[in-house]
Amino acid sequence: MAVVDTEPTKLAVGSEIAVLADDLRKSYREVEAVKGVNFKVSAGETFGFLGPNGAGKSTTISMLCTIIHPTSGVARVAGFDVVRDQAQVRRHIGLVFQDTTLDDYLTASENLSFHAELYGVPKGQVRTRLQQVMEMVGLWDRRDSLVRTFSGGMKRRLEIARGLLHSPRVLFLDEPTVGLDPQTRSHIWGYITELKKRENVTIFLTTHYMDEAEYCDRIAIIDNGVIVASDTPEALKASVGQDRVELHTADDQATIANLSMKFGLEAKLSEGSVAFFVDQGEEFVPRLFSELGVKIQSVRVARPTLDDVFMNYTGRTIRDAEVTGSEKMRQNPFVRARGR
Amino acid sequence: MAATTQNTIPAFVPVRVAGNGVADDLRAILVVWKRELIRFIRNRLRILTSLAQPVLFLYILGTGLSPLISQTAHFNFRTFMFPGVLGMTILFTSIFSAMSIVWDREFGFLREMMVAPVHRWTLVLGKCLGGATVASIQGAIILALAGTVGVPYSPVMVLTLLGEMMLTAFALTAFGVMIAARISQVESFQMVTQFFVLPMFFLSGAIFPLSDLPAWLGVLSKIDPLSYAVAPFREAVFSQIHLPAALTKTLNPGIAWGAWQLPVWFEIAMIMVAALAMVGAAIRQFSRTD
Repeated sequence: MAVVDTEPTKLAVGSEIAVLADDLRKSYREVEAVKGVNFKVSAGETFGFLGPNGAGKSTTISMLCTIIHPTSGVARVAGFDVVRDQAQVRRHIGLVFQDTTLDDYLTASENLSFHAELYGVPKGQVRTRLQQVMEMVGLWDRRDSLVRTFSGGMKRRLEIARGLLHSPRVLFLDEPTVGLDPQTRSHIWGYITELKKRENVTIFLTTHYMDEAEYCDRIAIIDNGVIVASDTPEALKASVGQDRVELHTADDQATIANLSMKFGLEAKLSEGSVAFFVDQGEEFVPRLFSELGVKIQSVRVARPTLDDVFMNYTGRTIRDAEVTGSEKMRQNPFVRARGR
Repeated sequence: MAATTQNTIPAFVPVRVAGNGVADDLRAILVVWKRELIRFIRNRLRILTSLAQPVLFLYILGTGLSPLISQTAHFNFRTFMFPGVLGMTILFTSIFSAMSIVWDREFGFLREMMVAPVHRWTLVLGKCLGGATVASIQGAIILALAGTVGVPYSPVMVLTLLGEMMLTAFALTAFGVMIAARISQVESFQMVTQFFVLPMFFLSGAIFPLSDLPAWLGVLSKIDPLSYAVAPFREAVFSQIHLPAALTKTLNPGIAWGAWQLPVWFEIAMIMVAALAMVGAAIRQFSRTD
C-alpha cells in the first residue's frame, strides 16, 4: 500500500504556515462572493473567520477544502496547493461542516470506521484511534448506538471526532456550533480547546458568534467578501480603543452636563444610565468620583467587545449585517454545485 | 465535560494515511459496498416490503390471470410470470438502491464521501456493486420460491439465473446512479418511477408475452433495455419445463430483430455493454460535480 507519512507531530506553533491564501477569489456568474482575501495561519494556531452569513466565509472554507475551485488566486493547505494537489490537501485536513454529514442508519463507530477506511487509516490503528477520538468527545459509551438516536450536540461531537480520526494537520470547522443551544455550544468549545492541546492540530473555523471568536488565537473579520481586519481578539479590541463607561447617578442630566464641562466627554443617556467612551476607563473612575460633583450610585466599565470591533470596521452590527447578507445570497456552494 | 475524559486518553498517536495506489482504490470500493450491505441488512422492513411486491404479482396477479390464459394445457400462468417477477425484483431493488444517493445528498452523507481523498470512480463503483449485491440477494430470495410455481430447482438454471441477475442488477444500479446524480430532490424519485421504472417494467415482457403484439408495442418493447434481461431469464426457466412447442413459442418468443432471432449470448453481451456504458456515464456524472 502506498503510504504517505503525515508527520503531524513535528510542527511547532509559528514554525510553519498551515494555511495560506493569496488574493483568493470566487465568483458565481455576476456575483463576486470572495473578493481577493489574503491570510496566513501558522501551524498550531486557532484561526477564526468571523462575519455575518453571506460574507464569504463558507465559500472561502470550501475553496481551502478543495470542494470548490477558486476563480483566481492561490491557496495552500498543509503545504499543498488546493487546486493542483487536491488529493494531498484532502488527506491532510479534517472537515466538520455546518450541516451534519453522518449516516443516520449506521452506528457511531460504523460511521467512524467508514471514514477510517476511506482515508486509509491502517487496520491495526483503527481501533485505538477510534477509541481515542470518541473518548475525547465523550461518546465512547455510545459507540454502538445508531446515529439517528443522537441529539444535535452529540452528532456534532461525533463529527469533530471523525474529522480528527485520520490525524489531519488542519481541522476545518464551518460554524461548528450553529443551531446548538448555548450549553451545548460551550461543551463543544470545551472539546475543541481540549483536542487542540492533545492533537497539536491547526484549527480553522468560521463563526458568526462574537463570543466564540474569543476562543481563537487570531481572527479575521470578513464582510462582503473582503477581510476588513485581522489580528488577535485582544489587539482588535484594543484597536477600537476606548472603554465604555456606564453610570447610575442621582441626577443624570447634571452628570451629562458636568462630563462635558469638566472632562470634555460626550455622554448619552441610554437604557437608564449615562454612557460614554473614554481611554483607560478603569483609571478614569477615581477622577470621576472626585471631580464629577454629582452623587454616583454605580459604575460599570466595559472593555470593547468584538461587537464593537465589528461595528468599528463595518459601520454596523453583525446582526444588522446578517439581515442584508442572507437576503443577498445563500452561501452554500454545495447547494449551488448540485443545482444543475 | 471535556475534563472528565482526560485521564483515559492515551498519548497522541499520529496515524499514517494512505496514498493513491490500487490497494487504496480497492479499499474505497469495498468500504462503500460494505456500507450498502450494512444498511440493507439493518433495514429488515425494507427487505420485507420490497419482497411484498413480487410476491403479490406472482401469487395474486399470476393466479388471477391463470384461468384467462392457460385454459388449454395444464400450464400454470405463474410459471410464465416467474422469470418476469425476478426481473421486476431486480429492477425495483436496483433503482431503489441507486436512488439512496439522493437521500445521501439530502442528509449530507454524500459530502462525507465526496471530500474523501479517493478517486470518484471508486465511490461510484462501490455504490453500483453494493446496489447490485442487494438486488441480487432479493432476486435470490424470490428465486428460492421457484418450487411453489412449478419450476424445478435445477442447479444449472439456478446458477444461470443468479449470474444473469447479478449482471442485470449491476447495469440497472449504474443506470439509477447516473440518474440520481442529476436529481437533487427526494421528490423527483416519483418522477423516476413513473417515467423510467414502470415503462421499463411493463414493456419488458415481464407480465405478458411479447408474442403477437401490435407493431407499435412490439417496437417499444424492443427499445426497452429490460426486455433483453427478461428474455434470458425466461429462457433459463423454460429450458427446464416441458411444454408443447406452440405454447412455448407463444409464451417464450425471445426477441427478434426483423428475421434475426437474438441468441441468449447476444442478449447477455448487450447487458454487459449496457452495464459498462452506464457505469461509465455514472462516473462521468459524479466526477463533474466539483
